[in-house]
Amino acid sequence: MQITVTVNGESHTRDVEPRLLLVHFLRNDLGLTGTHWGCDTSNCGVCTVTLDGVPVKSCTVLAVMADGKQVGTVEGMERADGLDPVQQGFVQCHGLQCGFCTPGMMLTARCLLDKNPDPSEQEIREAISGQICRCTGYENIVRSVRWAAEHEAAAKAEVTS
Amino acid sequence: MTVTENPTPMGFGRMHRKEDARFVRGKGNYVDDVNLPGMLHGSFLRSPYAHAKIVSIDTSAAEALPGVKAVITGAVLETLSLAWMPTLSYDTQAVLATDKVRFQNQEVAFVVADNHYIARDALELIEVEYEPLPVVADAKQALAPGAPVIRDDKEGKTDNHIFDWSAGDKEKTDAVFASSDVVVAEDILYPRVHPSPLETCGAVADFDKVTGKLTIYSTTQAPHAHRTVYALVAGLPEHKIRVISPDIGGGFGGKVGIYPGYVLAIVGSIVTGKPVKWMEDRNEHLTATAFARDYHMRGEIAATKDGKIRALRVDVLADHGAFNGTAQPTKFPAGFFHIFTGSYDLEAASCNVKGVYTNKAPGGVAYACSFRITEAAYLVERMIDVLAFELKMDPAELRMKNLLQPAQFPYTTPTGWEYDSGDYPKALRLAMDMVGYEKLRVEQAEKLQRGEYMGIGISFFTEGVGAGPRKHMDILGLGMADGAELRVHPTGKAVLRLSVQTQGQGHETTFAQIVAEELGISPDDIDVVHGDTDQTPFGLGTYGSRSTPVSGAATAIVARKVRDRARIVASAMLEVSPDDLEWEKGKFFVKGDPDQAKTIQEIAMAAHSSLELPEGVEGHLDATTVYNPPNLTYPFGAYICVVDVDPATGQVKVRRFIAVDDCGVRINPMIVEGQVHGGLADGIGMALMQLMAFDEDGNHLGASLMDYLLPTSLECPSWELGETVTPSPHHPIGAKGVGESATVGSPAAVVNAVLDALKPFGVRHADMPLTPSNVWRAAQGRPIRTDLAIQ
Repeated sequence: MQITVTVNGESHTRDVEPRLLLVHFLRNDLGLTGTHWGCDTSNCGVCTVTLDGVPVKSCTVLAVMADGKQVGTVEGMERADGLDPVQQGFVQCHGLQCGFCTPGMMLTARCLLDKNPDPSEQEIREAISGQICRCTGYENIVRSVRWAAEHEAAAKAEVTS
Repeated sequence: MTVTENPTPMGFGRMHRKEDARFVRGKGNYVDDVNLPGMLHGSFLRSPYAHAKIVSIDTSAAEALPGVKAVITGAVLETLSLAWMPTLSYDTQAVLATDKVRFQNQEVAFVVADNHYIARDALELIEVEYEPLPVVADAKQALAPGAPVIRDDKEGKTDNHIFDWSAGDKEKTDAVFASSDVVVAEDILYPRVHPSPLETCGAVADFDKVTGKLTIYSTTQAPHAHRTVYALVAGLPEHKIRVISPDIGGGFGGKVGIYPGYVLAIVGSIVTGKPVKWMEDRNEHLTATAFARDYHMRGEIAATKDGKIRALRVDVLADHGAFNGTAQPTKFPAGFFHIFTGSYDLEAASCNVKGVYTNKAPGGVAYACSFRITEAAYLVERMIDVLAFELKMDPAELRMKNLLQPAQFPYTTPTGWEYDSGDYPKALRLAMDMVGYEKLRVEQAEKLQRGEYMGIGISFFTEGVGAGPRKHMDILGLGMADGAELRVHPTGKAVLRLSVQTQGQGHETTFAQIVAEELGISPDDIDVVHGDTDQTPFGLGTYGSRSTPVSGAATAIVARKVRDRARIVASAMLEVSPDDLEWEKGKFFVKGDPDQAKTIQEIAMAAHSSLELPEGVEGHLDATTVYNPPNLTYPFGAYICVVDVDPATGQVKVRRFIAVDDCGVRINPMIVEGQVHGGLADGIGMALMQLMAFDEDGNHLGASLMDYLLPTSLECPSWELGETVTPSPHHPIGAKGVGESATVGSPAAVVNAVLDALKPFGVRHADMPLTPSNVWRAAQGRPIRTDLAIQ
C-alpha cells in the first residue's frame, strides 16, 4: 500500500506492507531510530510518538493508519534556537540514565505542557504513567518536566514584560 | 534560552552528563540502531513445552519461503560442534536444542531472512514434532525420588542436583543456637524476578571472510569477557574478534552472560556471508534470558530474650533452571550469599546452599543483585523483623542494639568477609530522624484505633562490591582486575580508555571527573572511550557495582601515573629538581615561588616537543595500569518505608521512602542519587508487583509486561534521600560504588512495612510479591505460594 506520512513536518511517501508497524516504519524505512521498540503490548511506552499531536504507542499503530497524518518524533523536538525546554529539563535534572525511554517520555511531557503549562507533580505522574522507566525511579523525570514548565513560564513572562 | 545552572566542576561534583546531548536528541546508538549494508535478520523458533523430546524438525517449507536465507537447527550446529556452549558456571547450555527442550521458549531453530517480518513468517512454517515429558516446575520436587532427570545430556546424571555449598562454622553456630534463650525460624522465598531493562537483548554480527575478522555489536555488560569466550567456543582467533557494546538500554545484570542469540547471529553471518541482526522481543526476553533470585530460604535466628542477636543459620534451595548459567566468581556457587550476617555483630553463622535444575530458563544472578547479596540482605532483614515480632520489640530498637559499632572496623564477619569501614548507627539514626520515626509510631497506634492500617518498615543493608581480588575471584578463569589507559594530547586534551562500559550509569561523565580531579583538566576536555574491545584495555566489565570501585580506582591510579610523568617534564621545563615542585590542581609550581609554574596543558605540549628530558624518561604524556582490588568495598545504608494498607482490598500505597546511603566519597552526587532512585523503584516492584510464577506444566505466567508488572510513576513515591560519607580506606579516592545498593536494600524495607501493617492480624511473614491478592490472603491467614500457580 502507498502511504504518505508527514513526520516532523516532512512528507514521506512509501509503499508498505499493510501489517507494518509504525515503529518499524519510522525506524527502518525512515531511519529515525530515536523511537525505540520495547514490548509489543503497549505497556512500556519506549515507542511513544505523537500522531496528530496526541501521544500514541507506535508498536500498536500500523503505518497505514498514519497515512495522511502528522507524526512527531524525538528527532523533531529541537527548535531553531536550541533544545526544547523539555529536552533541557531532562539534562538539567538528570531525567535520564540509559536513555531508552527518554524520547517517549519527552514527547509525552511536551504534549502535557502544551495542554497544561503548569502541571502538578501528580498530574505529571499521571501523564507518564503509561510509560516505564527502569533507571530513574521517575523522580527526576517529574523534576525535569517541572523544570521545563517553570522555564517556559519564565520565558513567556520575559516576552510579555 | 541559555542554560547556566550546574556548571562543569574541575573534578568531583554535580555536573550534567556528557552523554545526555545525544540521548535527548534521539541520537543514541543502541544495538538495534546498527544497520549495516546488506544486513539480514534472524529470529528464533522456540519451544512451547517446558520439557519434551524432539522427535523431528522439518524446515523445508521455511527454507522455500522467498526471502529466507538460512534455517539453522541444532543438527546443523552439531556439525560445527556448536550445539552446546559453556556457561559462566562451568556447566553447558544448549545453543539450539538437539535431543530435547528443557524449558518453555527454549531456542529450537533460527531463521535468517531479508527482514524481521519474513523471518517471523518462516518460523510459522517449521514443523516440529515433540513428545512431551513430565515437568519439574516446583524446585522443592526437583530432588524427589523419581523426579524426571532434566540433564540426561550429562553422562551418568541420574538426578537434578547441581551443587552443595556451605560457609561459616556450623559446629560453633549449632552450639550457640543450643545455648540461646530464643530461637525463631521462618521459611522465606525470594521469588524469581527478571531485570527486564527496556532494551531487550540483541546482536549484530558481521563476519568478514576475507580478513577473517568478526565484529559483533551486542547488548553486553562485559565485552572483553565475551570476546575471550567467543574465541574459546568458536575457535576464532581472539585478535580477530571485535566486540562492540554501543549504547545499552539498561542492563541490571541481565546482559552479562552469553545468550544463544549472540552465537546464532555469528553463525548466521558466517553461513550467509552477510551481517546478521538478532533482536529479541519482550516475550522472549522475559522467558529466556537470565532471571534472578529464586532462592527458597529457611532462616533461623538465635538471640537472648532481651534482644541481643547471637547467631544466624540458613538453608537454601536454589532454583537455577535447566542450565547452570549463573554469572559470578568461580569459587562462589552461591555468589556472595554468605554475607547474610548483614550489618550485625554476631557470635556465629553458617549456611548451606543446594542448587537444583528445574524446567525453567537458566540464570539466577542478575538484576542488580551484587552476586546474591540481594537475597542475603533480604533474608537477614526479614529475620530481624521476625525476631522483633516474637520478642515484641521495636524493629528499630532491635537493630540499634545489634548493629556493628564504628570502632569494630575493619570487621571480619563470621563467614569471612572483611568490611572496610562504616558508621552504621549514625546512618540508621539519620534515617529515623528524617522520617520522624517516633512520631510515626504514635500515628500508627492512633490510626489502628480507627481501624486504619499503616506500616513502617526498616532495612539496614551492607553491600560488598567491586569484585574483586584476583586471587579469590575470577569468572571462567579470567581474574577480576581491570585496565585503564590515559593519554594526554599535545594541546592538553585527554582520552581515557576503560574496560568497563555503561548501561546508563554515566561513565563518560563520572570517569572524566576522576581524571579532572587528579589532573586539573576540565571534564569537557576528556573523552572516555569504552564498550569496544579494539579500543580499550582488557577487563571484566560492568556489573556487581564494580565500575567505580575497580575502574574508578584504575582511573585515579593511571591519572596519578601521568601526573608523575608531568612532574618530571615540568622539572625539565623549569630547570629544577622534581622534588622542588609542588602540585596544585592543574599545575606544578616551584616550592616557595608560585609564579614559577607550568600548567598541565603547557606540560603536555612540552612532553611532545623537543625538550630534553632526563635520561631514561620517555616523552609524551600517557600511562596504563591494571587495578587488582585488594578487597571489596562495603557500601551500606538505612532505608525506611511507610505504607498504608487496605486489608479489605489488599491494596498497598507506599506513602514515603527514606533512603540514607553511604557509598564512601561521591564523585558526582547527582548521578549517585539517580542510581539510588532507580534501585528504590526496583524495591517497590519486587516487593509488591513483579510476579513470575509457573504452572505445573512449566508454562511461564509472567511472559509479557501485561502479566509481569513493572512499577510506574504512580506506584513510586517521591524519594527522600540522605547520606553519610565513610570513605573506603583502601580505594584511591575513597569511593565504594552504589549502583546496586538500593536494589539490594529496598525490598526488605517495603515488605517489612507491609507486614508491620498486617501485624494486628498476627501475620509474621508473607512472601513477595505482596500483590493485593497476596496481602488479602495474608490478612485472612491463608497460605501463599508465589513461585507456582498453586495455592
